[in-house]
Amino acid sequence: MYPVSDLIRNLADQHGRNRHNLLPILQGVVEQEKYLSEYSMIEIARELDLPASEVYGTATFYSFLEHKKMGKYIIRVCKTITCSMKGKNQVLLAIQEMLKLDVGETTPDGTFSLLQTNCLGFCHKAPAMLVNNEVFTDLTPEKVRDILSAYLKKQKEGVSHDN
Amino acid sequence: MTISYQLKRADFIFKNENDWEEVLSKNLSRTPSELINELISSELKGRGGAGFPTGLKWKLTAEVEDSIKYVICNADEGEPGTFKDREILSMVPFKVLTSMAICGYVIGAKEGYIYLRGEYFFLRPELNKAISEFEYYCKEINFDFSIRIFMGSGAYICGEETALFESMEGKRGEPRNKPPFPSNSGYMAKPTVINNVETLAHTYTIFKYGAKRFYDLGVQYSRGSKLFSVSGDTPKPGIYELELGMSLADFVDEFGDGDTKAVQVGGASGFLVPRKRFNETAIGFQGKLTGISLPTGGSMMLFNSSRSMFNVLDNYLEFFREESCGQCTPCRVGCQQLLKGIKAVKRGEKNAKYLDKLLRLTETMQVTAKCGLGQSVANSFSSIVENFREEMIY
Amino acid sequence: MAKKIKISINGIFVEVEPGTTILDAARNAGVIIPTLCYHKDLCIAGNCRVCMVEVLGQKRLSAACATPCEEEMEILTNSLKVRNSRKHIIELLLSEHNSDCTRCYKNGNCELQELASEYKIMTQDFIRLVPFKNYTIDKFSPSIIKDDSKCVRCQRCVRTCAELQGINALTVAHKGDQMKITTFFEKQINDVVCSTCGQCINHCPTGALVEKNYIEEVWDAISDKSRHVVVQTAPAVRIGLGEELGFKPGTRVTGKMVAALKRLGFDAVMDTDFTADLTIMEEGTELLQRLKGVLVDHNPEIKLPMATSCSPGWIKYVEHLFPDYLSHLSSCKSPQQMFGALAKTYYAKARNLDPEKIVSVSVMPCTAKKFEASRPEMHDSGFRDVDYVLTTRELAIMIKQAGIDFMKLEDAHFDRLMGESTGAAVIFGATGGVMEAALRTVYELVTGREVPFENLDITPVRGMEGVREATVKIENPLKEWAFLDGIELKCAVAHGLVNAKKVMEAVRSGKSEYHFIEIMACPGGCLGGGGQPIPTSPEIRRKRAEAIYAEDAGMPIRKSHQNPEIIKIYHDFLDQPMSEKSHHLLHTQYTPRERF
Repeated sequence: MYPVSDLIRNLADQHGRNRHNLLPILQGVVEQEKYLSEYSMIEIARELDLPASEVYGTATFYSFLEHKKMGKYIIRVCKTITCSMKGKNQVLLAIQEMLKLDVGETTPDGTFSLLQTNCLGFCHKAPAMLVNNEVFTDLTPEKVRDILSAYLKKQKEGVSHDN
Repeated sequence: MTISYQLKRADFIFKNENDWEEVLSKNLSRTPSELINELISSELKGRGGAGFPTGLKWKLTAEVEDSIKYVICNADEGEPGTFKDREILSMVPFKVLTSMAICGYVIGAKEGYIYLRGEYFFLRPELNKAISEFEYYCKEINFDFSIRIFMGSGAYICGEETALFESMEGKRGEPRNKPPFPSNSGYMAKPTVINNVETLAHTYTIFKYGAKRFYDLGVQYSRGSKLFSVSGDTPKPGIYELELGMSLADFVDEFGDGDTKAVQVGGASGFLVPRKRFNETAIGFQGKLTGISLPTGGSMMLFNSSRSMFNVLDNYLEFFREESCGQCTPCRVGCQQLLKGIKAVKRGEKNAKYLDKLLRLTETMQVTAKCGLGQSVANSFSSIVENFREEMIY
Repeated sequence: MAKKIKISINGIFVEVEPGTTILDAARNAGVIIPTLCYHKDLCIAGNCRVCMVEVLGQKRLSAACATPCEEEMEILTNSLKVRNSRKHIIELLLSEHNSDCTRCYKNGNCELQELASEYKIMTQDFIRLVPFKNYTIDKFSPSIIKDDSKCVRCQRCVRTCAELQGINALTVAHKGDQMKITTFFEKQINDVVCSTCGQCINHCPTGALVEKNYIEEVWDAISDKSRHVVVQTAPAVRIGLGEELGFKPGTRVTGKMVAALKRLGFDAVMDTDFTADLTIMEEGTELLQRLKGVLVDHNPEIKLPMATSCSPGWIKYVEHLFPDYLSHLSSCKSPQQMFGALAKTYYAKARNLDPEKIVSVSVMPCTAKKFEASRPEMHDSGFRDVDYVLTTRELAIMIKQAGIDFMKLEDAHFDRLMGESTGAAVIFGATGGVMEAALRTVYELVTGREVPFENLDITPVRGMEGVREATVKIENPLKEWAFLDGIELKCAVAHGLVNAKKVMEAVRSGKSEYHFIEIMACPGGCLGGGGQPIPTSPEIRRKRAEAIYAEDAGMPIRKSHQNPEIIKIYHDFLDQPMSEKSHHLLHTQYTPRERF
């Protein structure tokens, strides 16, 4: 782990320090950190010589630029019409029961956050969800439990590797 | 009135003949005005939903004097029920890149951007590979054109072209006042052509086969083929390329499950057509040929009799309430009022007449909202409430 | 010149310049189109949709503020379609708004209320959204109260903070129904980069942004017989107050204002203009000392240019955004704080009063002065130097509450000791005024001659240009100032913090050759201050400026150093400018702050 201010400086070096480079930099921080902390936004504002309030105002416009602490894996379940028709609620319930968390919450160990999102563009394979940037479609409660089990396994292995 | 017009499949977009290099170099040897005329005579209209004539868009931008101009491919495909653009970008990206380059040549732009919605992040690596290969070829033939991907971050409204520019400029994706239009002042206040992914894919067809081949498809005022994203209560959801001008009845014959109660044409911002109107409804742009003609970005959502239209409308309004940028009064407050209003009627807190007040409100939203989002909320609201009023009340 | 465009508005044919908006064309043709998000000081937003008009042949209505006229446009501003839509828009705004008007500070001066009244919105058909919202009220700033339940999201405050002030303390955050006007991470105004200038208040159409008022506290003090309540009035108050009380912009009401303050029951009515003259003595001397320190002693610790420090909004701005440049600020307190420190020392002693029993009130065109008075360092008298700061608007409210028929008041005079002032002090209220006043005194101190401008009017520093520059060449100085012979004193004047930023960036880049800069936080200087009457506009500010310069021209004494009470205070109390006592009571230091 390197400090977020280094990450921000690197991103600014890579993308540039103009206003029109703001989104790629915000995205870069979110990719690494999963969310934009107060500190990150102040650092970005400093690096780009922008008012911090503008960084905050811009970031909060975009659903994928979270400004609250998020888990390592952010689950976004599509709630738009076709997914709703095709059993989104059952899928959501299965996730909630398995991970013991509500929509908008993060597991205490910081592994998963659960959110709902608007149309993912997989209406023909509804219901659909994203886990970070990975798409899963044609979900059923059983399928989603398998998917999450795989993530949990990966997480455990990852942790033991780190140790 | 019944339209006697059969459903006709077409197969241009996903047919990959791997000849983009040839198509590009061949067309770069033609004059810009030749290319514009080709496009104008094809009568191609924008496939994102608004249906502005593509050739005219290029022509207007070409006519503006400026040393810096931009070509932008709008891949912020966020309309509920639409998923065709993703498929184009993953199956035939070179068609889109080629058309962007030709557009750059025609209008005098050296830079192109693909605004890719955040939800399609996973497309980026492959698309970047294609872009590298494409740019390498451009260098080889001494054609100065670069393309970059700009990622969105989860905001439906950024599909609105001026909101998209704002977003690319690092700001909140709030639609601008118009005029000025993008042809004069778009991204970075420079003349900009912004086309939907599918529109660019069709221009490839036109530049490859000539305008006539495209023009011969479809019907008057609605020429060519179009990709349809079919979802909902259908045994065969997916993406289909069909000629424009088909009747909804024919469409439902092909894609319905035998119990289709209504079809939502054009996504949440489109219209709901009830069964009794299938025959008189054609899919295309406004024209004299047909009774009711519905333009569409290609989203076709089918609902069978098990579905509650109240729930459908509730879902759409929830979507708009969240995805409105929030800057203009009619859209920001209007969406909240519509959503709260139908719930209040359903719960009996407001009487059924309140629906009429809400219908009048949608009329106001249609004529006063700053951009297409707020203006189009009326479409689904009024078509659902007028056709399924009893489902709203009981 | 481009060809004019012919249009018709409600059947009236008019010709307009290309680029003219429908709104401007209509106003010129005598047709009023209601607006809300539109403000003459700001860029066009086009987001409230109140000004919608019908252009014949178009299905959708057009926002008059944002739509340029086109050839042969036939515009209807009062068609059925327009009226119905406009009424809907107002109803929608009201449904999201806490319409508890009788309990609102802005009751009677609210643009939304006016619209509702004009369109006779008598029913509440739409669902009230207020109970579903998590609206908050931020009252923690000593200057500004922000009540989200009154906000109509016109973004005038956001544009003001960005375009006029270059601060961006306020921003638009979130989207959809959650969209709101807020600060960085939704912190309290007191905890962010806010300069407390109050321009957001002046530009807010509703009660969402108002000053924190101290009216009741001041009434209580006046009623308490054991307290001796002194009041001071800033230069710009006397040319603004009339607007709240029935006079046209640009009316001078100095004598009536003094009479009203006496009727309100203040024990002594004195003048901030007196300490404005005192500021010139101190600041002018400081400038000369700095010039000597740099030009003769080459002391690297001493910084030029020196910047004025009368405007507390500007001070807080520098503390937040240019913390490395605090040493460029004059150490002089603002005239308000000099007055406060003297009221509980010099005045108390002269009048034989217990300073603990003195309540020191100021009337200011400014909300930043409220913050300034609350700064912990402003206790040099041994007590809080200024107890309560009222804005021009609050004073007007008190005058109305007291049942004073302002129009009929006979002129009265300020009380002695700290009530005498000069034309130099009066012009403190206009941008460039402090510079002009300082130059009148400094030039004469150095050369023994009057500043070489006709009638002492240093016109290059006057006007409404955002940044103005002037050069004054010093020739044949008195012996002790010989080192200044031939020096061209380079001065710059800026008003509105967005212009201050330009000057400070020039200073930071090392490209500026300025010796002395005057900066006022608000557009037009104090006359356009955040505590002045609402509405404000470039025209109104121009009229107020004219009034200020007329007041100056009519004063018998127009140079600070000739004010007899100034001569007296140095003789009796302070000794000389920059003396030890002056340092203790009249000078201060500054605090670096965060930039978000």
